Amino acid sequence: MRSALPMVEAPGAAEIEALRPDFSHPGALAQRLVLVDGVFAPELSSAMPEGVRVRSLASVLNEGRADLIALLAPANADGADPILSLNAALMQDGVVIEVAPGARSDDPINLVYASTPGGPSARFSRSLIVVGAGASIRLAESLHVRAARADETFSGLQNFNCLQNFNCLIASVGEGATFNHTTRMTGGEPGGVRVESLIASIGAGAQFDSFALVTGAGLIRRQIFMRFQGPGAKSALRGVSLLRGREHADTTLVVEHAAPDCSGRQLFKYILDEEATGVFQGKIVVDPLAQKTDARMLSKALLLSDTAAMNNKPELEIFADDVACGHGATSGGLDADQLFYLQTRGLPFAQAEALLLEAFAGELIDGLGDENLAEVCRSEVRAWLSRRAPPGVHS
Amino acid sequence: MAAVQETVDRVKSIDVAEYKYGFFSDIESDKAPKGLNEEIVRFISAKKNEPSWLTEWRLDAYRRWLTMQEPKWARVDYPRIDYQDLYYYSAPKTAPGPKSLEDVDPELLKVYAKLGIPLQEQEILAGVERRVAVDAVFDSVSVVTTFKEELGKAGVIFCPISEAVHSHPELVRKYLGSVVPTTDNYFATLNSAVFSDGSFVYVPPGVRCPMELSTYFRINEQNTGQFERTLIIADKGSYVSYLEGCTAPKRDENQLHAAVVELIAHDDAEIKYSTVQNWYPGDSEGKGGIFNFVTKRGDCHGANSKISWTQVETGSAITWKYPSCILRGDNSRGEFYSIAISNGRQQVDSGTKMIHLGKNTTSRVISKGIAAGKSQNTYRGQISAHRKATGARNFTNCDSLLIGNSCGAHTVPYIESRNPSTQFEHEATTSKISEDQMFYCLQRGLSAEEATALIVNGFVRDVLQQLPMEFAVEAQKLIAISLEGSVG
Amino acid sequence: MRRAYNLRHVVSTSPPWSRYDRLGRLLLENRLMLEIRRLNVSIGGRKILDDCSLTVEDGEVAAIMGPNGAGKSTLAYVIAGRKDYRVESGEVILNGVDLLALEPDERAARGLFLAFQYPIEIPGVATMTFLKATLNAQRKQRGEAELSTPDFMRRVKGAAERLGIKPDMLKRALNVGFSGGEKKRMDILQMALLEPTFCILDETDSGLDIDALRVVADGVNTLRAPHRGFLVITHYQRLLDYIVPDRVHVMAEGRIVKSGGKELALELEKSGYRNYLTDPDQAVA
Repeated sequence: MRSALPMVEAPGAAEIEALRPDFSHPGALAQRLVLVDGVFAPELSSAMPEGVRVRSLASVLNEGRADLIALLAPANADGADPILSLNAALMQDGVVIEVAPGARSDDPINLVYASTPGGPSARFSRSLIVVGAGASIRLAESLHVRAARADETFSGLQNFNCLQNFNCLIASVGEGATFNHTTRMTGGEPGGVRVESLIASIGAGAQFDSFALVTGAGLIRRQIFMRFQGPGAKSALRGVSLLRGREHADTTLVVEHAAPDCSGRQLFKYILDEEATGVFQGKIVVDPLAQKTDARMLSKALLLSDTAAMNNKPELEIFADDVACGHGATSGGLDADQLFYLQTRGLPFAQAEALLLEAFAGELIDGLGDENLAEVCRSEVRAWLSRRAPPGVHS
Repeated sequence: MAAVQETVDRVKSIDVAEYKYGFFSDIESDKAPKGLNEEIVRFISAKKNEPSWLTEWRLDAYRRWLTMQEPKWARVDYPRIDYQDLYYYSAPKTAPGPKSLEDVDPELLKVYAKLGIPLQEQEILAGVERRVAVDAVFDSVSVVTTFKEELGKAGVIFCPISEAVHSHPELVRKYLGSVVPTTDNYFATLNSAVFSDGSFVYVPPGVRCPMELSTYFRINEQNTGQFERTLIIADKGSYVSYLEGCTAPKRDENQLHAAVVELIAHDDAEIKYSTVQNWYPGDSEGKGGIFNFVTKRGDCHGANSKISWTQVETGSAITWKYPSCILRGDNSRGEFYSIAISNGRQQVDSGTKMIHLGKNTTSRVISKGIAAGKSQNTYRGQISAHRKATGARNFTNCDSLLIGNSCGAHTVPYIESRNPSTQFEHEATTSKISEDQMFYCLQRGLSAEEATALIVNGFVRDVLQQLPMEFAVEAQKLIAISLEGSVG
Repeated sequence: MRRAYNLRHVVSTSPPWSRYDRLGRLLLENRLMLEIRRLNVSIGGRKILDDCSLTVEDGEVAAIMGPNGAGKSTLAYVIAGRKDYRVESGEVILNGVDLLALEPDERAARGLFLAFQYPIEIPGVATMTFLKATLNAQRKQRGEAELSTPDFMRRVKGAAERLGIKPDMLKRALNVGFSGGEKKRMDILQMALLEPTFCILDETDSGLDIDALRVVADGVNTLRAPHRGFLVITHYQRLLDYIVPDRVHVMAEGRIVKSGGKELALELEKSGYRNYLTDPDQAVA
């Protein structure tokens, strides 16, 4: 386990101002909410779609709105998980997003985590999104990685990136609402630690989907605590993790069916190279009331080197009898027959391998439903594959 | 829905106390004083006239045990066990040592006849000559072993382990604790200190054991823990199939059973180990019943060796049992086939470990859990491949069936892969008997109970097929009895 | 639980004889086998059978034709006792016994057989095991002795041969991995073995090619007997070329709207079901 770093100080106006060029160019993300070192920076953020109200966590806490504060401390996860307890104790700020009932936006709201330069440090944020009944909204989380500037040395940049991020997002999805969440946990480096928690409660007839692309950080943990609160809701949770070096990525899921007739799908894929370790621990809990639950969980891992490791722990905890629940887990290398087939068709081994790996990850990316984001993810996968050492070097 | 509702109602009203092996036989016994200390360990060892190395081995284990904690990770909930309130040694007075069949106390023979265990050497069953050699263990001692002579001709050693300590000390000393060391876990360590008896099997190189071997365990005495120890060695190129059955009287107190089974398969050898576990499960309110904490492990020591565990678990109040294989030899194979049925307030936490160490090792896990009444049924398993275990393969399938809405079925697999050439596949499902299947069977004239039994038997068929024929019939009946109330 | 069919009750509560002359005649001649009286059935609050009445006499082959959604399969399931449906009122009487009070298996023991539109797969249960279990369960309910194994085998083999069912199919798990035609033949095999007195064939022709259809129809035709009634539910006339009905009933919007001889089927083939619908645009092909 890495040691905890000192907490970063709240950013000053000048530090925030220094980041402005990163967000003022024409290609900058629209509908953007920027947190700098865990503190909401309205000056770097941009306009929200209609029906979406945003305030900082600090102002909501000052206001003392009991309904929002109750949502910020969800009973099903807080206290049960040490990381969330740590987050509750140390959170610096965050955003509170309220989406009015019936509001719609096809373009995502972008929640961006930026950092000020400085020594190694840790930052904690807690954000809340309340999706009103019948609303339809997308939220995309990403880590802001500054391009190296001429005046910075490579080692300086590395130092700058050596950060610990503990972000927590709480989602309350109202009846009949649609909430699509994505996170790109990419652009870190070997010393970095990223822990993202997502706590979601899903109302009757709602749809909640979440996707994560995970690459490049020393230690990554993504945890989702999700609860079907009302009947007839649907959810698909998906993720792709691409790991190399001594990276370690952990996906921890608890999917609780507390209401009948809900359908949950979870599919997580791992590509593990060099000395990387992948962990998947997923648990489906079906309460006695949750009859007619339809729950499926699957994890698939490809190990590309002798020193990579995958640990799977898919659990079922079922207390209702009229359910169809299942989980599956596979791990292994690339299919030799497929590789051979591609080679007989003229592809060099490395290319055949890349093709199969891209297809393996692509299955999830293709289903994203947001073509812009899908393209970003595809190029990140290709970039990751292109950095692969030629076959045979590490084995 | 009504048919299923009816089934559910019947399950609710089930009296698990209708345990047909629940009788107690009044047979005078020779007991050690209650409680556990070094003196008791020495007493047991002395009773068996054991060599000093074994006494020391036991004492070592006992001292180690004092430093250990009872494991708490399993999904079972039971009152604290008072280890000082148990008898650790009990033997029928008339059976100071194993004898031939003619010398056995007729009262004891009656007990086994009542249990349906053939101790007569020729038993004609449904026109088929059924030949199974039986070692009958009553409380702490083996009372009789049949077919010894015929087995002896083939060179197979099949005797109580207390006898093997004297007749084949080199084998016992070499293998005892080699698979489950005295330091292994709380219950295995306790067993090492106080084990009373059990079976010993050695099959010499190239010998195919001419008949099924079987041990039948019976706990009779009150407040008596049963700690048997079984050791089976299959030498190069040999084959043996071994069956184990167990029952206990109905009592309001819980009884502790902490056995250890060690299997060693050398090059090209195969051991098939089948269990039909039918210890008293307690009554429908959870009163009484056996606490079954068992450590079973096989060492696929040699190349091309194979160990196959098959278990039908229907009894015990608490089951804590993970028959496992260490796949050490190249190309070795481990199998685990399990049916675990829980009803009433039974709690089952059972599964397997397949530890892949050698090259091109394969394992297969098929687990079928059926929960009814207010029971909790957990599959817990581990599949792991060492970095050097190239070409390892595992296929795991664990299915759970819930009958009624007051029970729980849980699946907790740990799958750890450290090698890109391994292929691990795991799948698990939980479901209930489908309305369509039920209606189809009813439409063809089966009653709800018959239909449930038929569908459940279909559900567990993959596993039943692994049992030796005589056992499969018995197991099938046992499944129907265990689900009694839900199947008529 | 089991009410005997009370003739006087029926007569006294029946509408005037003029509208039910056929029923009256059958009652008097004691040739009535199945009678469905003013059956109202709903599922999830939606009405499917609406005052549906139908009679089938001893030894008769009756066909029910009608558009999709007319309630044909619902009628079959309700007669057999499937629980998803809510029977609001009405009676279903087979050989003088009110079926609605009975469990599905009790109905089966009284001679009712339903050949499913989609026969159910039961993994792990060998077909042979299943056949033996059902046959003996029904014999037991009727107070008959169990069949000996050789006797049972002889019967199954004979019936299987006639239906072109290969012995290896009998060893496989029931209906698992069977083709559509194999599943239908398996149902007809069960019909032959169980010797029911009343058979309902629910869209038995669906998914069958012409050769399989002929095999299945031949199987049914050999079972036609003076004291065995059939209710053949079908969407198309095609099946009725092979299983020629004594009577044809048209079902639409949850009730029988027209009854006639076998020529009615041919007429329907030409004119379609449009004439029988209150809102023909709702009809699905």
